[in-house]
Amino acid sequence: MGEAPRSLFDKLWDAHAVVAREDGATLLWVDRHFIHEGSFHAFDQLKKKGAGVARADLTFGIADHYVPTRGRSAPIPDESIRHMVDQLTENSAANGIELFGLQDPRQGIVHVVGPEQGLTLPGLLIVCGDSHTSTHGAFGAYAFGIGASEVAHVLMTQTLWQKKPKPMRVKVEGRTAPGVGAKDIALSIIARIGADGAQGHAVEYAGAAVRALSMEGRLTLCNLSIEAGARCGMVAPDETTVTYLRGRPFAPKGEDFERAAADWLSLASDAEAEFDREVALDGAEIAPVVTWGVSPEDALPIDGVVPDPEHAPDPGKAAQIRDALAYMGLRPGQLLTEVRVDRVFIGSCTNSRIEDLRAAAAVLAGRTARVPGFVSPGSSLVKRQAEEEGLDRIFREAGLEWVESGCSMCVGINGDVVPPGERCASTTNRNFKGRQGPGARTHLMSPAMVAAAAVTGHLADVRPLIGTRA
Amino acid sequence: MEPFRHLAALACPIARANIDTDQILPARFIRTPRSQSHAPMLFHDMRFDADGKPRRDFPLNRPQWAEAQIIVARRNFGAGSSRESAVYALADYGIRCVIAPSLGDIFASNAVNNGLLPARVAEAKAEELIAALEHGAAEVSIDLEAQTIRAGNHVMAFAIDPVWRMKLLNGWDDLDLTASFRAEIDTFAKRDAERRPWAAPAR
Ligand code: SF4
Repeated sequence: MGEAPRSLFDKLWDAHAVVAREDGATLLWVDRHFIHEGSFHAFDQLKKKGAGVARADLTFGIADHYVPTRGRSAPIPDESIRHMVDQLTENSAANGIELFGLQDPRQGIVHVVGPEQGLTLPGLLIVCGDSHTSTHGAFGAYAFGIGASEVAHVLMTQTLWQKKPKPMRVKVEGRTAPGVGAKDIALSIIARIGADGAQGHAVEYAGAAVRALSMEGRLTLCNLSIEAGARCGMVAPDETTVTYLRGRPFAPKGEDFERAAADWLSLASDAEAEFDREVALDGAEIAPVVTWGVSPEDALPIDGVVPDPEHAPDPGKAAQIRDALAYMGLRPGQLLTEVRVDRVFIGSCTNSRIEDLRAAAAVLAGRTARVPGFVSPGSSLVKRQAEEEGLDRIFREAGLEWVESGCSMCVGINGDVVPPGERCASTTNRNFKGRQGPGARTHLMSPAMVAAAAVTGHLADVRPLIGTRA
Repeated sequence: MEPFRHLAALACPIARANIDTDQILPARFIRTPRSQSHAPMLFHDMRFDADGKPRRDFPLNRPQWAEAQIIVARRNFGAGSSRESAVYALADYGIRCVIAPSLGDIFASNAVNNGLLPARVAEAKAEELIAALEHGAAEVSIDLEAQTIRAGNHVMAFAIDPVWRMKLLNGWDDLDLTASFRAEIDTFAKRDAERRPWAAPAR
């Protein structure tokens, strides 16, 4: 008898286990630790203990959550926001941590910059004090978000105590139609299993529709794992992964790269590996999706109607729908395509990579947005590339603003907020109450669908707008 | 950390699903340093209206629940952002336990790191508890060793990961535990660097 078959996740877990306690808690080695402005709590804990950073060489700082998206050459006017960025600069410098700061040409959103710089690699264990760290799993890495106390623990020891999540597989077979992308796949999964459907699980995405995704698409898919409650999401590395990584600044070079690539390509679930749970979707059945409520699970195909609490399966669910509709200002039975929007936002770690910008630009080219909005590229390098491709011109000519890179209107803490009561078609990941600003109403969708909302002024199916141009 | 064994305290029902960490502590407050109490910001936009006045319909604002140390909610409490300050807000307010059918993983882990018990109960049991509390039951007693919750004549079991249970019961601090494995960590790091030379960032 050989060894018991293992899933990709089992292999990643085993490769990082330093010691396992009897009760199941395991001390894991951390390969990469990303920090952003929110790390100040952890550094305060270190200062209190008089402790230092164990492995500054494996720690990277990125300014993204509080950075301004306009007027970057001037000092940040709001003092408390400026302080957040300054604290990161000071804490990084004091501990010898390489920082992609506000003025760095490589600056951007942590989950865009990590992959772009080749800091995110297959087989790594990656943590960051940010729930969307699941994004990096797109490379076949074990990547997950942690809280401030855990950030402090990693800074001090380069390790973390974890209990093992259960492996779960989500298979999307078949082919998705034109106009349907990773965001639609991810929102369809969340709508199916619920915002807590994958809690306690490590999700592996598999199937033909997943394999067909570019790295950008896989990053979007894994990014949204946390919105299904998963601890992490991952896609087994393949040629798409290796091709993306070749020549990235921090990726191995020359022969080292070839050796690494061979190791990476061996990272896959064994044929007989057992999963605690399996979910299957047919890619061909997935339509462009929008959210109507205040949880990412409140997602429906664009040709649907706003749900009616009277038809809910139980009183709890009915109350949930009623509460969401009151906040969102929607009527039961209303056609989703009748919902007018006040503004649009294209950005965030979910959908701000070059492919996302291209998809939005393809719809906006030669058209005019009926509502205001702006585009914040995922990184300063994505911004430069988009400008080289002339995408910035398409956005500007359509009437949208083209701004600098950061978390921006995804969470609004840099000052980019949706005004109270306004409705925003957004490429972000959370439609929580107040997420884009107090009283803001958020509808999540793909970049192409946001572009469709921009040019029509309401939630709209992008499919008639692509490939049918006069 | 203080060990957590028993708790007998007032419990406040918040009969809502998906109370995410943005609701527990809105993002605009996460820049607050730990030295400052996070209690005034707890559930801020659910608790206060746009003028900053307490909303009368929010359970924690009712006199009978103002002193609660336990919250009972519907599914998916604490989903969303990893902000530990959501737990700081609960802890600073005096909350020591959240009971719900499901809880966000990162939130629950942050809770345990701050001595706050995340207790999972079956959906029907959560509804039973919420109904009992809304109809006048007040004190709830929790036994972590036995994993039981008692409210009046309602008794129910709750689930918690065994690792988290041990940690709370003993008041363990991760850093102290890790310190005892120094040698193992060093050995692992050395061997790993040979096994996976490509894992280090190429500079
Ligand atoms: S873009 Fe939004 S979700 Fe992503 S890291 Fe920034 S704040 Fe978090």
